[in-house]
Amino acid sequence: MTDLATVQLKVNGKAFEASVEPRTTLADCLRHDLKLTGTHIGCEHGVCGACTVIVDGAPVRSCLMFAVQADGADITTVEGLAHGNALSPLQAAFRRHHALQCGFCTPGILTTAHVLLSEEPDADADRIREVLSGNICRCTGYIQIIEAVLDARAAYKQKTGAGP
Amino acid sequence: MKASRFDYFRPTRLEDAIALLAEHGREAKAIAGGQSLVPMMAFRLAAPRFLVDIGRIPGLNRIAADHDAVRIGALVRWRDIERSPELQVAHPLLVEAVRHIAHYQIRNRGTVGGSLAHADPAAEMPGIAITCEARIVVAGPRGQRAIPATGLFVGALSTSLDSDELIVEVRLPPWRDNRRWGFQEFSRRRGDFALAGVALFYDNSKDGQAANVHVGAIGVGDTPLRLSAVEAAIEGKVVTETIIRDAGAAASESVHPADDIHASGDYRRALVGVLTERALARAAGLPWRGDI
Amino acid sequence: MTAARNVYIGQEVERTEDFRFLTGRGTFVDDYEPAGLLHAAILRSSVAHGHIQKIDTATALNVSGVHAILTAADIGENIPTIPIRLAPIAGLERYLQPVIAHGKVRYVGEPLAVVIADSRALAEDAAAEIDLAIEPLEPISNWRTSVADKALLFEQNGTNVAARYSVGFGDIDTIFASAEYIRREFFRAHRHTAVPMETRGVVAEWDETAGRLIVNGATKVTFFNRRALAAMMQMPESAIDLIELDVGGGFGVRGEFYPEDFLIPFAARKIKRPIKWIEDRLEHLQAANHSREIDCDLEIACRRDGTILALRGDILADMGAYTRTNSGVVPAKAAQFLHGPYRIPAVRFGVSVCMTSKTPVGTYRSPGRFEANFFRERLIDMAARDLKIDPIEFRRKNLISKGELPYSIGRLVPYETETAYDTGDYHAGLDKCLDAFGWDAKKNLQGRKIDGRYHGLGIACFVESGGAGPRENVRMTLDRDGLITIAIGSSVLGQGLETVFAQIAADALELPFENFRVLHGSTTLLTEGFGTYHSRAVVMGGSAILDGAKNLQAAIQEAAALQFDCSAEDVKVQDGKASCLDSRSLNFTELAAAAGPISAEGTFANTKRTYTYGAHAAHVAIDARTGHVAVLDYMAVEDIGRAINPALVHGQSLGAVVQGLGGVFLDHLLYDADAQLLNASLADYLLPTATDFPNVRGVTMQVCLSPSNPLGAKGAGEGGIVAVAASTANAVAAALASLGVEPNELPLTPPRIWRLIQQAKLTVSEPISSVE
Repeated sequence: MTDLATVQLKVNGKAFEASVEPRTTLADCLRHDLKLTGTHIGCEHGVCGACTVIVDGAPVRSCLMFAVQADGADITTVEGLAHGNALSPLQAAFRRHHALQCGFCTPGILTTAHVLLSEEPDADADRIREVLSGNICRCTGYIQIIEAVLDARAAYKQKTGAGP
Repeated sequence: MKASRFDYFRPTRLEDAIALLAEHGREAKAIAGGQSLVPMMAFRLAAPRFLVDIGRIPGLNRIAADHDAVRIGALVRWRDIERSPELQVAHPLLVEAVRHIAHYQIRNRGTVGGSLAHADPAAEMPGIAITCEARIVVAGPRGQRAIPATGLFVGALSTSLDSDELIVEVRLPPWRDNRRWGFQEFSRRRGDFALAGVALFYDNSKDGQAANVHVGAIGVGDTPLRLSAVEAAIEGKVVTETIIRDAGAAASESVHPADDIHASGDYRRALVGVLTERALARAAGLPWRGDI
Repeated sequence: MTAARNVYIGQEVERTEDFRFLTGRGTFVDDYEPAGLLHAAILRSSVAHGHIQKIDTATALNVSGVHAILTAADIGENIPTIPIRLAPIAGLERYLQPVIAHGKVRYVGEPLAVVIADSRALAEDAAAEIDLAIEPLEPISNWRTSVADKALLFEQNGTNVAARYSVGFGDIDTIFASAEYIRREFFRAHRHTAVPMETRGVVAEWDETAGRLIVNGATKVTFFNRRALAAMMQMPESAIDLIELDVGGGFGVRGEFYPEDFLIPFAARKIKRPIKWIEDRLEHLQAANHSREIDCDLEIACRRDGTILALRGDILADMGAYTRTNSGVVPAKAAQFLHGPYRIPAVRFGVSVCMTSKTPVGTYRSPGRFEANFFRERLIDMAARDLKIDPIEFRRKNLISKGELPYSIGRLVPYETETAYDTGDYHAGLDKCLDAFGWDAKKNLQGRKIDGRYHGLGIACFVESGGAGPRENVRMTLDRDGLITIAIGSSVLGQGLETVFAQIAADALELPFENFRVLHGSTTLLTEGFGTYHSRAVVMGGSAILDGAKNLQAAIQEAAALQFDCSAEDVKVQDGKASCLDSRSLNFTELAAAAGPISAEGTFANTKRTYTYGAHAAHVAIDARTGHVAVLDYMAVEDIGRAINPALVHGQSLGAVVQGLGGVFLDHLLYDADAQLLNASLADYLLPTATDFPNVRGVTMQVCLSPSNPLGAKGAGEGGIVAVAASTANAVAAALASLGVEPNELPLTPPRIWRLIQQAKLTVSEPISSVE
């Protein structure tokens, strides 16, 4: 049985190399090997969405990928969403609308909403709810989260190109 | 929970993947999207010692529709189906069914081949495969073969595939113009596995009678089921309220689902009847209020 | 000293803690990784009730990367038990949980061994190699089996019924014997639980040289837990620090003392390495407190005109295998709150606390009260219908009026003294709810079938307690950087207290909000703190801050007086400056630089709870063929007296309602006859998602202040959940009234609704009330 595999990941624009067991999930690799603890683990069986990160442009459950499967991928985590030291328009909308309480599910919702609005800046409330139905929040009841994402659309409509 | 240990391979050629599966037999498992397999590994319900990642084998993610068939490569992801303008027209029933699969993030990774190989009796793709009489192309050490969907699913989470075989493509018969179709599923929450689901289609003959009726159900047996009694109730008839009720009754009578933690067999039997009525009503373009 | 101004109090100030949470820079317990960390996995029983015959760790110890495996044998002769923290009902102390199973196992999920390894994965590999033999005993899977006392969980106790008692007042038997109308029904609330998004976790570090233990991952009642841990570890409290980091929700279940809160520190001290244990979701569903599983046999007596004369009943509580730290709260409160916001001359409630071989039960948001309101409000609706009285008018007639408050409901809890509802206008709460919900505009939909769905409206009134005592402490320090640090014993689990406390302090000291930082929960901050539970943080912690602010103001005056060499009375402290009569002044930064940090303590003690109140209304539409219930509109109204930050209160209200709707339609811990938990995963334990209940609204009233704290605030946070089952079940009953369906058992899943409809169709119509 081989012990460790080397994976190369580009995360939030920076190149990383990690030495991991093949069974190490991408979530655990990001959190414990790369020390990017913003991505959280809520269930580890692909239901709650807290671990959602953006892999090659698509939001995925990082607990359902082994790090070795992500070798060579371009990844964005919640730590990569802010604009330097300032909150991104999406993050600011969350704050404005009180769309988080304990904050544990928030990173997975931000990454998902960011891709959704980047691709569908006109998404309506039903579409936003549908997309976020794969992210479980126990504190907020979702209503203010949906309001925040709706409010953030304006910023995405203004964008001319790709990128946060 | 953390998965058990395994060795990981990521072949870039189909034949290498098959060779690895042949070499390690039951101790090996293929992984593509991992959306079904990885949760099982997390619970240690599956513990393959060798994981063969086929996700980067080229040529397995094509979508093509022509007059012979709608061909979907095993590595096609749900997202690809949702976004395919070609498929909206070439197989609207498939596209509608895929809309019900899981959630946004899972649809970015889950694959057609993975769902078929996993063979969950409540999953949409196996249901479509059975309803539409798909043929599944399988590759193994002895070459490729195409098996009818009915030959693939043998039981709950169980297929007729050998441990050294891989699904490479699913072929659906071409869709016809002016075909009527309906898809109805009932689950506890959006994206959950269906408690029951019905997919159906028929073609209109000259006199408005239904022809070539196909009705399939998920969640009401160990595998997806063709409901031939329902098809018989509709075939050759003009779809009216009476036919719709007859079809629903035939559906309930023809399934024998077991009780489980989510629902009793009685409930699922009643449910499949309701969903049949509603799917048929939609197909026929009839407003359907239902009745107690 | 009441806050002199309201620049921040009452405002929707955006939260300071949001910055770190939004950017992924929070520090939750699994984010904390001291050097040299080892990882623990817990071997748990998969048998519900049995004799432990063998735990052989020899093979498991040989797994590479394993450092140690601890079982009861390693802890010694006397295995500590977890003490009761509150609600001591006599008899429950005989069923305390040992920190590790020994001799017997009593529930699926009970800890048997702790494996310590280089990684969690390796620890799990080793756990799978432990050779375990358990001789199964008869499982006890429900309260009926429990009271039969055939198989005993604790042979030495001779019974599975931990306690049985009766409370009440008034001449109950005479009233029932002579009442014009009585009705008796049996209700069932089901086992479910809080499921915070972050599972539990402990990181324990042992400093061999100093003989000190540092435990990260604590919350809720850290000082109590430290006391308990110190006793179990036979160490002085002062040698143990319990540190509160960021916490991913609690709702009552996280933060109580659990076996792991001893096992991991014990292992760290034994092995002399830092050890981390992070609960996975499977463990969490098996091992964190369950709640709500109560049956209630309830009977009401009324006059024909709808005046309630008496209420009596029995609470049968399934409490799981062990008494946990919150002991008898769940059944005691279920009985007490049957009374509700109504004028009832006589009540009598029997309570049976029944132990079963299932996960132990503890408090989950509005414990016992979510259940009690469901039982009582359903019975009220049934009585109203029998008597042909509009259910709203029935409630109006019986609600305690404003003039009758404070209103005593006597002593309905054995371990508490007499209880009195403090202030309120219950009729106004009901009216506000009906108005905000739009009841009048919708009431023509009642019971009608439209587009294939049966529509129903339901209402429920409630009174809810909060602001539990006994005390809270704070230390406020003007630091050298000119900012003020608030160190407080309250715990933060997501409620935004870092912001709320700063708002209170800012107004008390008349300073900008940005001048404050809040440290909370950790035992390193204060000598004694009391924590967060039963909606007490703002009432108790906030009031302590008022006291602390007053004392800090005085201390700043004194320090400035020393600097100015004048008397303290001549020093004026305002706008971040201390000035002397002769107009010499020092700003706070200058003062702290000169004098050093200036500290003052504050405290607030209170034994009187606060009582919020209000009403909930629900509009449902039911597909009778699938049993699916759509919640078309939901309105939760609660008067909390005073909202420090209305946005935060509103958010908690909405979140609590959605949690409650989950508790009506989705959440369910399913056990089979062998007391096996069948759905310990989030794929099968269903939590509400964004698409399930999008139509939830809430209104917070700030009308009737609390008379027992200087803020005038009442504890809020639980009122949003407390009446959800009540109002929603009433709406379902109203929708299906023409089909004769009475939803008296939770959860109201589609298969259950469907079954009720089928059964109603089969049942021959018969009189449904007993009218004298």
